[in-house]
This record gives sequence, structure tokens and C-alpha cells, in this order.
Amino acid sequence: MRIPLLTAGSRRARSRSTEDDTDGRTAVAPQWKLVLRRFRKHRLAMASAVIVVMFALVGVFAEFVAPTTPSDYSADHTHAPPQRLHFVDTTDGVDLGLYVHGYESTRDEETLAREFTVDEDHKIPVGFFVRGEPYEMWGLFGTDRHLIGPEDPDERMYLLGADRNGRDMLSRIVYGTRVSLSIGLAGVALSFVFGIVLGGISGYVGGRTDTLIQRAIELLMSIPTIPLWMGLSAAVPREWGPLQTYFAITVILSLVGWTDLARVVRGRFLSLREEDFVLAARLDGCGPARVIGRHMLPSFTSHIIASLTLSIPLMILAETALSFLGLGLQPPVVSWGVLLQEAQNIHSIANSPWVLLPGVAVTVAVLVLNFVGDGIRDSADPYR
Amino acid sequence: MWAFVTRRLLYMIPTLFVISLVSFAIIQLPPGNFINTFVAELRAQGQGVDNAQVRALEERYGLDDPFLVQYGKWISGILLHGDFGQSFQYQRPVSDLIWDRIGLTLVLAVCTTLLSWAIAFPIGVYSAVRQHSVGDYVFTFIGFIGLATPNFMLALIFVWISFRYMGESVGGIVSPEYADAAWNLGKVLDVVSNLWIPVLIIGTAGTATLIRVLRANLLDELRKPYVTTARAKGLPEWRVILKYPVRMALSPFISTIGWILPTLIGGEVMVSIVVSLETTGPLLLDALSSQDMYLAGSFILILATLTVIGTLLSDLLLALWDPRIRHAQTAKG
Repeated sequence: MRIPLLTAGSRRARSRSTEDDTDGRTAVAPQWKLVLRRFRKHRLAMASAVIVVMFALVGVFAEFVAPTTPSDYSADHTHAPPQRLHFVDTTDGVDLGLYVHGYESTRDEETLAREFTVDEDHKIPVGFFVRGEPYEMWGLFGTDRHLIGPEDPDERMYLLGADRNGRDMLSRIVYGTRVSLSIGLAGVALSFVFGIVLGGISGYVGGRTDTLIQRAIELLMSIPTIPLWMGLSAAVPREWGPLQTYFAITVILSLVGWTDLARVVRGRFLSLREEDFVLAARLDGCGPARVIGRHMLPSFTSHIIASLTLSIPLMILAETALSFLGLGLQPPVVSWGVLLQEAQNIHSIANSPWVLLPGVAVTVAVLVLNFVGDGIRDSADPYR
Repeated sequence: MWAFVTRRLLYMIPTLFVISLVSFAIIQLPPGNFINTFVAELRAQGQGVDNAQVRALEERYGLDDPFLVQYGKWISGILLHGDFGQSFQYQRPVSDLIWDRIGLTLVLAVCTTLLSWAIAFPIGVYSAVRQHSVGDYVFTFIGFIGLATPNFMLALIFVWISFRYMGESVGGIVSPEYADAAWNLGKVLDVVSNLWIPVLIIGTAGTATLIRVLRANLLDELRKPYVTTARAKGLPEWRVILKYPVRMALSPFISTIGWILPTLIGGEVMVSIVVSLETTGPLLLDALSSQDMYLAGSFILILATLTVIGTLLSDLLLALWDPRIRHAQTAKG
């Protein structure tokens, strides 16, 4: 037991020293470069970062990536199961090309439930950059090109199944990515402002102000979050438009989210306040704003970035939970939580388990964001 | 020590006061009140409602009074008579409705805390001592997934699995045959057999966090020189680990009770709504959406109070456990 521990430590020490010695540029590299270099070595974090970027791209180009629009419904395809995407057709020689099979739907005489079977003879060719449902890209210009979709615009494709109105789950999840991720980012941005300002004041000024702010934080932390959120979002008027609700929910989420960040920032300020370089800056006649912005903040920017990355997934989880309860975003808006509302009903889950897929998107997004955040924290810590 | 306990108890008073104000403010936030909503609903159904009747109702419940007067009536009722007000929707005193549910929530929260400790402790110690082993990676991975999956998602997956493969619909904590029965051994056993599933679902995220906290703390401790000294003295390995570093690493573990309770109660609220347990969650959601303000406010108030008490307990436990904290606190007081 003792031996592996020691070798692990010394191996790490050696590898770092060789890296520092052989690369002359390391000595003069700015901090962010050092952090980036160490982050690149973190394989799990790098892989997760790639997935995060993919999520972000899907969110930004949602209209184009989605095979159709989220409101495009079909009464004949309620709860249609996911289709398998075939790459090669071997029924009649070898024919390369993407395609899916159509459905044959029958009605159960007794329950009147629609039952789908795969129609092997009905082949729907699938292509890239095809024409489909028209949409407005970013609300700027109208077009009907989609990244992937059936080549014949009249055919329907359900790679991840359909919901109770025959809307394409894949398209809805893609659109939900935009809302869920952006609400996470917006919430974090807001809590960032609250956290930095209040945590900074608390740590820098100290004394009675510090006690007051710390008490307020403890108070907020002692109220169970979900009931608090539920109470606050129940107060958001139903008549508000989607955009207003969106902002209201963001504010509610960040109202609780800032406390963690404020504590981190305060802790850092408290420990840095006594450092010699801060005293030197103060003796040089720098005002508080300059001491904070120019001398103190840069020494823990990376920690702040790590905390921020780690709080995005919390925001996403919170939004999902609220919308799932029907207290968050409301249906015409599509977010992962709103989509999961459909899974509240046991019959939906039992007959069409693919309504749970938005939850998988949540889990994956939260997981990779956590890995990236951990990776940043590890690489930003100079003492590891 | 007693000075410390007294000081902590005194600290609770202003905290609880502000919490009660906040709870009351939250339920006052939605525009309109229960009577408006109720009347609008009746009118929508085509029933005429007399304006005088509405005014009489509003007067009876004091809905026209300014905020502070309403708050004063509410809080003095609670403090002096244990009267939490009337539920508009159920036409019954709030205290009749909530105590059973709060009790069940509390049982769930306590069971979950104990269970997550029982799971997290051995796993956390194992993955720190055998860092970079296969077991460590497996547990870390499972822990991360547990953290990333929303509680209610786990509950939904569980509902699906039990429906699909066991052919039974889940829900409820008391089986139908015991629903009206008085409490006896059979009912208790039945409740216990139904309880473990929600406990497990609610506990996942907390357990995952605890494992990570314990692992990280223990790893830091294991690298310290006193561990080497203990080994050099020739102590058996298990004693080296359990006697010193684990004890040090457990302090943050204990202080987690304070912040794990709000998370547990939140998770409990969500999971209960999905699996339809007779706890606070579903009733709170219902009360919030129908603006049954005294019911909703009392729930928020009681849950928050329980959390504050939980934090207090965890602080006291921590002081008992860790001599350094105990001495620092008593020196201050």
C-alpha cells in the first residue's frame, strides 16, 4: 500500500519537472496557457469538452439540426415508436444509402390504442441537407433546409419516436437543448454577478457587512430549495408571455444559485487580503476597485470559472425539475423539463418509454458539464 | 459547551423569524387570492356569485388587511395556539392536514440520511484507499451518474421498470389492504417494505456527493506525514487508516447533514409527486397552484424550520465529534 502511493506521487513530480525543464516557453507562458495545457492532459475532461461543444452547436443551430419543427404534428403517428436508421439495404443486392422503414398502424379493437408495426416494404430514403418543414433561422431569414431528414418532404421520420401528438421527439429534444442550456447559462451569469459582487464585498470589507451577508446566505441556504423555488415560480403570473416567464424563472434560479459562488469568492478574498502583494498595491495608492480588479481577481479567475462550470448543471437540473412540475416554463416553449412533463403519466411511460429520452439528454449534459468543471478545477489548482 | 449550545439556540430565533416572514411573503406573491381564483372558477362554470358573499368571505379570512397585519395574525396563531389557519380548499384546519404528511417526510429524510451514510462510508473509504483501482473507477462513475440524473428521472425509470417487468403499478407507501387499518405490526412491516424504494431513489444524489466528499478528504489526509509515522510505528494498516485519517475525514462528512437536509427534502418533494407518496410534496404543489395560502405557507415554514433544526443538530454533532471545533467554539463563547 505504501509503495504505490509513493511512486504515484514521485512519478507525477518527475513528469512535471521534466515538462517544465524541457519546454523553455513554460516559464514565460501566461497562466491561462498553463491551465489549458494541463487541461488537455485530462482525457475525460477533454472528451467531455468535445461533447459540451456538440451540445452547444446543437443548441445554437437547433432549427437547422432538427429534422422538422417541434410543433409539426401528425394525428396518424401518436406515440409512434423510434425508427431504426439503416445504412445499407441488402434485401436486393447491396445499396448504400440511409433509409428508414415506414409504419403500418392498426387499431386495437378493444382498447382503441394505435399499434405500430414496421413496414419492411415501405422504404423512406433519408438524406442530408434536404428540404423539409419551413422555419425561420434565428428569426432572421426563412428557409427549409434541414441537416437530416426524409428526402421526400411528405414522408415522416421518427428516429426517437413521437409524442402523444405525433410530434418528432428528436426535433423537440434538439429545440429543448437550446432553451435548457441557455437558461443554465443565463442563470449562472446572473448568479455570477450576485456572487462576485456580494461575495467580494463580504470578503474585502469584512466586519459587520461580512456578518450580515453571511447570515443572509445561511438563511437562503437553510430554506429547502425545491419548496422555495416552487413557491416563487407559482407566483409567476400565468398570463406572462414565454419570454417573460423565461426571465422570471432564470431570476428565481439564480436567486438561490449565487450563494455558493459568493462563499467561494469570499473565502478567496479573505485569504488574499493578508497577502503581501495586496498590501504593496494598497501602499502604492491603488483604490479598492483597482486592488480587486487588477491584483486580486486574476489570482483566482480559474477557480471562479471552475465554480461557474460546476453550477451550470445545477441550474439545468433545477429548471428541469421546475418545468417538470409545471411550475417552470410553459408548453409552447420546449425545454427538456417541459418535454418530461409528458412522462408524468404512467400510461405514457408504459406504452412509449421514449418519452423519457429528454431525461437522458439532461443526464448526459449534466454529466459532461460536471467532468469539464472538475477538469478545469484540477488544472487550475497550482498545488496539485 | 453549554454556552455554545445556548448561543446556537439563540441564533436560531432571528433565523426562524426571517424564515417565517419569507414563507409568508412567498405565498402572498401570486396576484389575486384564493377567493378570486375560486370565484373566477365558479363564474367560468356558469354559476353566479354574489359580490356581497365574496366580500364576506374576504373579510372572514382577513384577506383585505395589509401584509403585516395578516402576517401578525398568522404567526401569533401558530405561536400561541399552534393554529396554522384554515385550508381554503379542504375547508379544514391546516394542522389537521399536514402533520401526518410532515411525519412521513421526516421519516423518509431520516431513513435516507442513514442509508446514504451506510452506503457512502465504506465506498468512500474504499475508493480513497484503493485510489485508481477498478473498484474506485466503477464507484466514481456510478456516483457521477447518480449526481447527474435528476431524482424524479430515477423515479420515472423505476416506475417504468416495475410496470414493464413486474406488472404492477407502484405508488403509495401503505398497501391498499392496510390503507384504513390501524397501526399494527403488519402495517409497519408493510410500510417498511414499501419504503426502501423511495428512500433509495431520494438518496442517490446525496450518497454520490457524500462518497466524493469523503474520498477527496481522505485522499488529502492519507498524504500527510502523520500517516507515515503511524505506519512506521508498525500499526496494522486497517488501524492506521481507520484510527486517524478516517476520523479526520469524517468531520466534513458530519457537517454535510446541514446542507444535505434541504436537498433531501427537495428530492423527497419531487419523488413523492412522481411515485405519489402521501408526503408533503404533492399537497404542497397542489396548495401552491390553487393559492391555498395558509396550507402552502405552513408547509414551507415547517420544512424550513426542520432544516434549521437539522443544521443545528449537525453543528452540535460536529462539535461533539471534533475536539478542535469544540475548543474553538467554547473559547469563543
